[in-house]
Amino acid sequence: MKVKVLYFARLREKFGVESEVLDLPGEHAYVAAIVDMLRKRGDPWAKELGLDAGYRMAVNQTLAGLVTPVQNGDEVAIFPPVTGG
Amino acid sequence: MKILVQETDFDPGAEIAALHAGQPRVGAVTSFVGLVRDVNEGDAINTLTLEHYPAMTEKSLRGIVDEAMGRWSLLDVTVIHRVGLLNPLDRIVFVGVASGHRGEAFAACEFIMDFLKTRAPFWKKEGTPQGDRWVEARATDDEVAERWQQSSKKDPA
Repeated sequence: MKVKVLYFARLREKFGVESEVLDLPGEHAYVAAIVDMLRKRGDPWAKELGLDAGYRMAVNQTLAGLVTPVQNGDEVAIFPPVTGG
Repeated sequence: MKILVQETDFDPGAEIAALHAGQPRVGAVTSFVGLVRDVNEGDAINTLTLEHYPAMTEKSLRGIVDEAMGRWSLLDVTVIHRVGLLNPLDRIVFVGVASGHRGEAFAACEFIMDFLKTRAPFWKKEGTPQGDRWVEARATDDEVAERWQQSSKKDPA
């Protein structure tokens, strides 16, 4: 299945990419599978998405966690803690 | 309900007036205006650039306002958040709440700001004499938002 992944703010700059399409096996997965796939690329991915890195995620424009399900065509965003207001 | 994400400035007086114009049931309007300061963490701030996640921003703000409307009896809410390049003295955000009485209007205005700061997808980048830097989220912002979660658990309603 294909999932569009977006990056914002500091993470967009660290990764040097705004968005990409990831191809995952199967028709259903959890956000954790996407994060695992990205960490395997090594640094800066592994460092910025490490267990204590404190990044945030959204699935289809709603805040999500590692156990949020994703399916083909979903939009996943990975970004630093928000700082608006 | 009015929710706007825009590059242009807004007029707080006009927004406050619009929250009760022709609405005789409104007994209280509270408002908050957030501004760009010229100093942060001891460094001079020349510019502040607001990035956001366009597809999610308005949806997120609408969800926060919906939650406030579920908690309190509100008559109208306006949220305006600017994005793009700002300078010290510029307005960043406006939250206005109209209600029958002040208690609900005060509480809802603070709730909306506390949740906006921890949930709405905006990111600030500061321009300082030493270069640009991303603003780090504050743990205290999470704590004040968490306070509302605790108060809702205790609330028998």
